[in-house]
Order: sequence, then structure tokens, then C-alpha cells
Amino acid sequence: MSDLKKIKEETLSKLRSKLDLSQINELKSDLFGKNGKITNQFKKIGSISDSEKKKYASELNIIKDELQTLINLKISEIEILEVNEKLQKEKIDVTLPERPIIRGKIHPVSQTIDEISSIFSEIGFSVEEGPDVENEYNNFTALNTPDYHPARDMHDTFYLDEKKQKLLRTHTSPVQIRTMIKGKPPFKIIAPGRTYRSDSDQTHAPMFHQVEGLHIDKDINMGHLKGCLNYFIKEFFEVDKIKMRFRPSHFPFTEPSAEVDIGYKIKDGKIVIGEGDQWLEILGCGMVHPNVLKNVNVDSDKFQGYAFGIGIDRLAMLKYGINDLRAFFECDYRWLNHFGFDPLDVPTNYRGLSR
Amino acid sequence: MKISFDWLKDHLKTASNEKKLLDQLTNIGLEVESVESLSAENELFKVAKIIKAEKHPNADRLKVCDVSIGNGDIKKVVCGAVNAKEGLITVYAPPGATIPKTQINLEVAKIRGVTSYGMLCSEYELNLSDESDGIIELSKSQYQKKIGKCYFKKTNLNCIDLSITPNRPDCLGVRGIARDLAASGFGKLKYPNEKEVKSKIKQTLSVKIAKEKNQGCYTFGSCLITNVKNTESPKWLKDKLISVGQKPISAIVDVTNYVMLDINRPLHAYDADKIEKGIIVRNSKSGEEFKALDNKTYKLENGMCVISDNQGVLGLGGIIGGIRSSTEINTKNILLESAYFEPVSIRKTSKKLNLETDAKFRFERGIDPNSIESGLNRASTLIKEICGGEISKIDVQKIKNFKNRTINFDPDLFEKVTGLKIHSKKMFQILGDLGFKYKKKKKYLELKVPSWRPDINQQIDIIEEIARINGYDQIKTISPKKERYKPTLNKIQKLFHFLQRAVATKGYFEAITWSFTDQKYNNLFKQNKKEIKIINPISSEIGVLRNSIFSNLIFYIRKNLNRDIKDLSLFEIGPIFNGSNPGEQETVVGGLRAGKISRLSWIEDDRNVDIFDVKKDIIQTLVEAGYNRSKIYIDDNTPSYYHPGKSGRIFLNKHKDKVAGYFGEIHPNILKKIEIKTEALVGFEIFVDNLKKTKKLFRDQKKNYQVSDFQKSERDFAFIIDKNFKSQELIQIISNVNPNIISNVDIFDVYEGENIPNDKKSIAVNISIQSLDKPLKDEDLEKINKLIIDTVEKETGAKIRS
Repeated sequence: MSDLKKIKEETLSKLRSKLDLSQINELKSDLFGKNGKITNQFKKIGSISDSEKKKYASELNIIKDELQTLINLKISEIEILEVNEKLQKEKIDVTLPERPIIRGKIHPVSQTIDEISSIFSEIGFSVEEGPDVENEYNNFTALNTPDYHPARDMHDTFYLDEKKQKLLRTHTSPVQIRTMIKGKPPFKIIAPGRTYRSDSDQTHAPMFHQVEGLHIDKDINMGHLKGCLNYFIKEFFEVDKIKMRFRPSHFPFTEPSAEVDIGYKIKDGKIVIGEGDQWLEILGCGMVHPNVLKNVNVDSDKFQGYAFGIGIDRLAMLKYGINDLRAFFECDYRWLNHFGFDPLDVPTNYRGLSR
Repeated sequence: MKISFDWLKDHLKTASNEKKLLDQLTNIGLEVESVESLSAENELFKVAKIIKAEKHPNADRLKVCDVSIGNGDIKKVVCGAVNAKEGLITVYAPPGATIPKTQINLEVAKIRGVTSYGMLCSEYELNLSDESDGIIELSKSQYQKKIGKCYFKKTNLNCIDLSITPNRPDCLGVRGIARDLAASGFGKLKYPNEKEVKSKIKQTLSVKIAKEKNQGCYTFGSCLITNVKNTESPKWLKDKLISVGQKPISAIVDVTNYVMLDINRPLHAYDADKIEKGIIVRNSKSGEEFKALDNKTYKLENGMCVISDNQGVLGLGGIIGGIRSSTEINTKNILLESAYFEPVSIRKTSKKLNLETDAKFRFERGIDPNSIESGLNRASTLIKEICGGEISKIDVQKIKNFKNRTINFDPDLFEKVTGLKIHSKKMFQILGDLGFKYKKKKKYLELKVPSWRPDINQQIDIIEEIARINGYDQIKTISPKKERYKPTLNKIQKLFHFLQRAVATKGYFEAITWSFTDQKYNNLFKQNKKEIKIINPISSEIGVLRNSIFSNLIFYIRKNLNRDIKDLSLFEIGPIFNGSNPGEQETVVGGLRAGKISRLSWIEDDRNVDIFDVKKDIIQTLVEAGYNRSKIYIDDNTPSYYHPGKSGRIFLNKHKDKVAGYFGEIHPNILKKIEIKTEALVGFEIFVDNLKKTKKLFRDQKKNYQVSDFQKSERDFAFIIDKNFKSQELIQIISNVNPNIISNVDIFDVYEGENIPNDKKSIAVNISIQSLDKPLKDEDLEKINKLIIDTVEKETGAKIRS
């Protein structure tokens, strides 16, 4: 047997046995190292006769390639095996808790405001704002509630000066005035915001939230008002059908005026909106009084429309089953965690109000 | 306004039932607030006879009575009344009954060792009169056979409480409500014959309305009733008043109350003998005083409308009478007043004196000026019937004549406003039933407004009347159009909503706190801002508008810490106030974090929250909102409520315009002052109104996309530099050495201590160098390295650490 064949046979037989990484590296340098068996065979080529040389060299190259491939294959086999063995030893308890999670929350009132804005956005309303501190004129007089009018008793007002000229707005209606004074009809706005009354008990807080609505154009009538609110309530409570009742009432700044009740029932201790024969008052509305339009220089012979005011906190309570109004403002961390919303849950038209 | 169906039926012919009545009232705008059943309660009160009365074994003033309540049933009752004696017929209330006056619910009780089953009642306790001495003594002849029967007549005694809107004074009388109901088709209005007093006796007491500026009284009608015998009211009258929650007092008072409730005509009865010479209606003079029927003495200002005589003020016209001329049970001659007082005058006076009365409530809303005579007729006739006496002629003094308003009404306007077409016949019926007189003209209706409707002034008022009575349910619902005039949110509003949610994603819970706050807390954060006081706060704890977003937030951090919640992150976005004028407010985001991070974590080391947590929160929020991090500039000039060494001020760029925000540790003194116990308290503020709003649209924000394909080199340097030198500036200086190829500068170590001089620190930076347009050779890199070191050493006085 030639040397070459012998080397090959020996190597193949070694490769068949169980080897670790160092053993096979040893084998590799035995063959291909500086004084390796294969290396030495190459050195021999010079001393071989010319006639044999070509054949021998080609044979040697074939064996060299073959052995190299086999050894490399074996090496990667061993490596995989060793990694697998090592990983087996690294097994940990994956049920241990993850690193601490940081979660923020959006207040239910903010979420509700976003829901309301999203719904009205769908039917073309834009959002306006006004200051929390108002003058007496915008809050009352311009809204057809002159000084010494008994309707002022309906609003317990916080005043900031003895002359009672500066006050905390008692409703969001002054935004109507500001919007109409600075612009030209048509108007189609909602105005959510903070409102204040000096009233405090289980069902009243000195601060609460309202959203004002105003739609003035050439031919907006009470039918549009009913349609708009019907649409809003249905969308807001995410129900297909809603029982609604428009009941005559009085607000100095609208005429005809109405209060709106929605039907509900109590089922298993929880309130179900839209069914049942109980009524719940949720908002006030009406056709904007011509005196108000006159006060803001809108020609009431050409333009007319409706306005409404909705208690936001009340809506949030109804929708999310919150019992105590005052809890909204007490910042109990547990309460905020329970009733708050994930900041990624942004109410939108296309994704809907909730998941 | 409380009514009963029975009383309504005095004015309304109807076969309908109470349930339908309640619905109809609400449908026409007379909202039913509550329905109180009196009958069920009252059925418990029984006519009873005391069959034995013995002294209480343990109390001198108490008696133990055996009371027969019919069917041989005998109850033992302990009673303290002096008049409780054998044989007396009286009223018995069993355990479970609620005493009308005191609202006490009776129980079986041991009184000084003797068990008492129920109670014997006085007239006072049953709200029948003020007679509280002793229990009721019922006449034997009348009640002997009724023992065991209900004492109160079984009637439809439901008391219906209506919420009458301030524009409807006419519905503060039962008749007005009946009129509205009739117009809506619920029954027919009755027209009882009004008895007109025909008298030959002159009204001898002179009445004068002073002709003064701002005279609050326009008409004063009166009549004298002489030789009356004031007495208890008859049962029908008492029952009627009780049925609507009124307390019967004496015939004269009861009659005036009855007429007021029935037709909303307030009257006042004077003891004519106590009036000195005659009545003068005039403006008060400053300093005048009088004692009113509520037993309080009022000091008057100039110009309040008073009824006076020669001696002085008798009463405040239309608000409250005085003690001096009040009727009593032995009053013989009375002067009955029926007047018209001007609403604004009434309201001004009552507001100034802080007086609320039934009469005031009515006059300030506007009383029918044409009801002067009918009120006098009805009341005097009734008084005569009950108390006897002679009625004089009616005397009416007037300084102004009332004229019915006329409104020209265009019927087409109804459809324009309501979207509903109704037949003109229906329109006429409704208006006619409500008391309008109408004449058809060519294009409009000429309407004469009834005198009892001061609220009807223009066409829109007519539209409301027709719509209301016809029913709002008739108006059709029109689906909303999606037409839009403007984007839903403007840029400022978008920024508000973005910041709100961006901060929440950093782990903060959103709080909404009141815009007002405790002065004590406000002072901690107000700096040199003006304090804005609420002049009528409901409590001192919320007495000022907040000058800072922190005052309430820190209050609630403290509250939650006291609940033993140790790690807290709260934020609020909302207004703070810089002045008391509209618009002197700004929107601020404030966040506070307390406690630790990774408390009790098995995997992470816990640590206190620190300034660099909140710095990250505020910077990341601003960057997310679209502001360029590399332009943000920070210095350490902060308000005094922050830790002076551990707080920073943020600008959106180095050309310090407006402060974008602050961040830092809250000053330890503040924590001490309000006794906050926590490991650490840090916070930030963003002044939303100071942020630039000229943010470009998304499509304009994206610059050309540019990356380098050439080799990036990184070099580390450490500089020994002045301790107070700001790292922000060092980064800036290095970046400016050659902004084209220095692509990034990171600080990876800051060290003070051993081997570093006391007033120095070592800052180690990693600098990335990469060119956009060519490969950098070794000599280029050497050049830039040297330039960096030279520049830093020259500009900062630092030394490269070797």
C-alpha cells in the first residue's frame, strides 16, 4: 500500500472514532501542519521522477481535499454537539417575572373627551377652546342671562373680584360667544373643557367638565339637533339603538330649549343604556336664541342653528360604570390604575372608540 | 312647585289617571322631580282611645297608657303629655310610622324601663298646627265610632313636585299648570264663577305709592276686612295645604297661602289696627331697620321698596312682612294687600339682604299684573266665610298702567325653526288655550300675550310654546351631514393631545386635579406670581387659583404615599393661572415621580428615582413631539422649589427665547414642610404655550436620506476639566471641530476623586468619525484627533488625560 493510501485509511478510521474538538484539531495538524503527514508528502514531490510526478501530485491533491473536507465536516459536527450540550446546562426558570414593566394611564375624563371629539369629528365638527376665567358678559349677559335674572340662580358662581365681573366659567357656553364674535358663520364646533360651580356634595364637584356644541348655518333646525344628538349618543355608548326623549325645558340662551333623557335599566346591578323604562337626564340643548345671535353680530334672519351642553364626567361615569363623581379628582393611584386607559388606546374614527 | 292631582282637578276636567298626568307634565316641560306618596304613610295613623292612664313607675312626668286601637287590640304606650287621661280620644302612631314633623321613624322602645309600642301624637307632630302642648283631643261625638280607623282621609294624596323653570311664573300656581295641560289636550280647563266683592263700605285706610325714581311698586290693591275672628282653618283647607307640604297656621294666613298656590297671586295680610294712619309705599333710606316675620332685624340700604306707615317700615314689598303689623289669632281688622312689584327691584333687594321667601321667588319671576283684584276677591271672600267680618271696597293705587304685549307672528317661522309642519288650526288651538288672543292679518298673526306670561316677548317664544305643547316627539330626526368647515384639531390642540399621551407612555398616571388649590400649597410653588383669590370659595382649602401645576399634584403624591403606595408617577396637563383676567392662563404639563425604580425586583438592582429619570422623560417627550434633540439647550437656572444643584432648565434652542421646561429634584425643604416621606421626589414641567407651534407637516419634516458608505472610526478621549464645566458644552465644542465628519459624541464616563485634582473632573468621550464623501486615511484621522484635543484644551482649559 502506498503511503498515501495508508494515511487516508488511518485518518478515516480515526474520524470514525469519537473525537472532541482538541483531538480533531490535533489530527488536523498531524496531517496539514508544518511537519504534517500530507505536508510532508507534498515536500516529496520534488524528488519524484518526472514521469510519476504528475500522477502523484494529482492523487495527493485529491486525498488532501477529501480529508480536509471530511475533517471540517467533523469539526462542525462536534461544534454543534458541544454547543447543544452547553445550552442544555444553561436552562433557567423562564417563569421568573420579567423585568419591571412601566405602564402609564390616561384619565377616563381625557379618554372620554377624545372619544367625544372623535365622534363629532366624523360629522364635521371642529374643536374650539376658551379660557377658564371668564368675564361676566361672556358667561351670562351675552348668553341672554342679564343681571338680576333668576336663571342666574341655576349657576352657583365662583367670583374673582368683588364687583363680580370676573369669574370661573360656570359652563362652556361662553366659548359659543367667543367663537361667533371672532368668526363668520357657518359655525360647527364643539368645545370641551373645565367648568366650575360653587357646589360640592356626593353628586356635585366644584369643578367638572362639559362639552359645548354649536352648529349655525342657514337652515339648521330642531330636526338636525335631534339627529346630531341621536347620532352622538348611539356612537358614544356603542349601541345600535338608543331610547331618547327630548323634553321641553328652559335655558336663557336657547329657544326652544330641551333636556334630553336616555332610557336605561339596571340589570344585575349594572346600568344598561338604551333599554328599559327608566329615564336619565344627560344633556341640555336647544335652538340658539336670536338675542344671543344679535349679541355676537350674527344676522338671525339669515342664520340659525342649535347648541348643546353635555356633562362629560357624567357620560364617563355612565359608560364606564364609575359611581362617585368626586373620585375623578381625588387621584387615588389605585383608582387611576383601575379606570385609566392605556395611552396607546387613542379613540379614532377608523379604529373605533375602543378595542 | 308642589301640587296634587286633586287640587289640579279644581281647575281641570279630566278622566285621565295620575300616571298619564305625570308623563304629560314632563312632556310639556313641567318636569316631574319627584312623587311623594303621603297616603300610604298616613294610613298608619289611627284614631285611638286611652282606656287606662297610670303614672310611670320610674318617672314623674310620664304616663303609661293602655290604648285601644279597635278590634279589641290594646297597646301599651308611654306618653309624656299632661292631657293624656282615661277616656281621651286621640291619634296613635304605631312602630314603623314616620312622624311628619320630626321625620323620626318610630320603633318599639324601652322608656325608663317600660316598653312602649308606638306613640300618641300632638297636632304639631302631625304638622297640623303649632300646638305642641299635649296630644290631640278629638271630639267624642265625632270620633267615638271611628276608633281603629285611619285618622287621615284616604284620598289620592300623592304630592307631585315639579321643577318649574324660571321663565314660567304662571306655573307657580296650580291654575297655570292646569292651563298648560288643557292646551296639550289633557282635560278641559274649568272657568269657575269668580265672586266679586260687592261692598258699600269704603276702604278707609289711605294708601299712597310715592312717585320716586326707581319705585319698585307699580300697583297696590287693598281691602279692609273688619271684625273678623281669626281661627283655625277648616279641614278642607288644612288638608289642601298639607297635601302639598305646607303647614297650616291660622285661617287668615292659610287663605293667603292658598290663593298664592292656587293662582300664583301673593297677598299679604296686615293687622289694620297696628298700622299708623296709612300706608306709604316708598324707597327705603339707608339705615332704616325693621323686624321681619322671620324674627330677624334687617338694616336697609337706600332705594329698597318698603311698605311703611307713619312710624316707619312695615315690611319689604313683595319679599317679607314685618312683625309689627302681623296678624295674630286675636286680630280683628285686617288689611289685605295685593300688589305688583317690579322683578329686578325685588331681586336686587333680596340678594343684598340674602332673603329667600315664597313671595320673593314669585315676584322676581313676574306676577300677573291683572290678578290684583281677583286675588283680593278670592281671599277676602274666603276669609269672610271662615272668620266672618265685613269686606270693604277694593282700593287700587297705580303709578303705571299695564298693557298686554302684542307680537306679530309669522306662522311660517315655526317650520323654519322646528322642521315640522303643523296645521294652522292646531296652532290657533294651542295659542288660544294658552290664553293668547289672535287676529289673522295678511302675512302674520297679531297675537296679544296674556298678562300672566312675562316670558313671551318675541316670535321665538311663540314657536317654543307651540312646539312644546304640540310635543317635541313630533319633530323628526334628521341624520347629520358629514360636511366639514375646518380640521377637527388645530396644531396647538394636536400638540396638547400628543404630549398628554407621550408623557403617559413614560409610565405616568394622568391626574386631573382642581384648577384651584390650597393657598398653603400654592405658596410653595408660586414664585413671584400674583395670587388669585376666589372671593367666595367653598372652603379655604380651595381658595386660590393655582399658579403652578405642582401644588395639587404634590398634595396627591403625599396622599398616595400615605396610602402606603411607595412608587408613584403622576402627571397632569392643564391650566395654571398668571392673573385674574380671561386669558391670563397657560397650559402646563407637570409630572412628579416618587420612590424607587425596580423595588423588590429579583433581577434588577433597585434605586431611587433621580433627576436623570425625569430628564429622560421630558427630553424624550419633547423629541417625540418633534423637537430636535441636538438643538435642545439646558442650563441650571431653575425656580427655588427645585433642588438648586440638581435641576435644569430647558430651551428648544440655544438662543434662549422662552423656557420650554424644567426638571429636577424637588427642594428637600418643601418635602419637609408638607411632611412627605419618600426616598426621592423628582419632577418636570413643560410649558406648552412656550413650545414653538410652527412644526412642519410630516411630508416636509423628512429631509433627503443620506448615509455614509465609508469606514467609520471611533476614538476615545478623556479630558481633565473644571468641575463646573458643563458636559453639554464639551460635546458642542467637539462636534463643532468638524461637523462634517464628527458624526457622534458620547460621554461614557465621568469621574471625580483619586488621581484627579479636587476642582477637576475627568470626562471620557467616544467620538465617531466618518465622512460622507471619501475614505479617511490614517493621517486624516491623526489630524482630526489632534485638532479635537487642541480645540478642547484651548477652549475649555482642559487637559487630555494620558
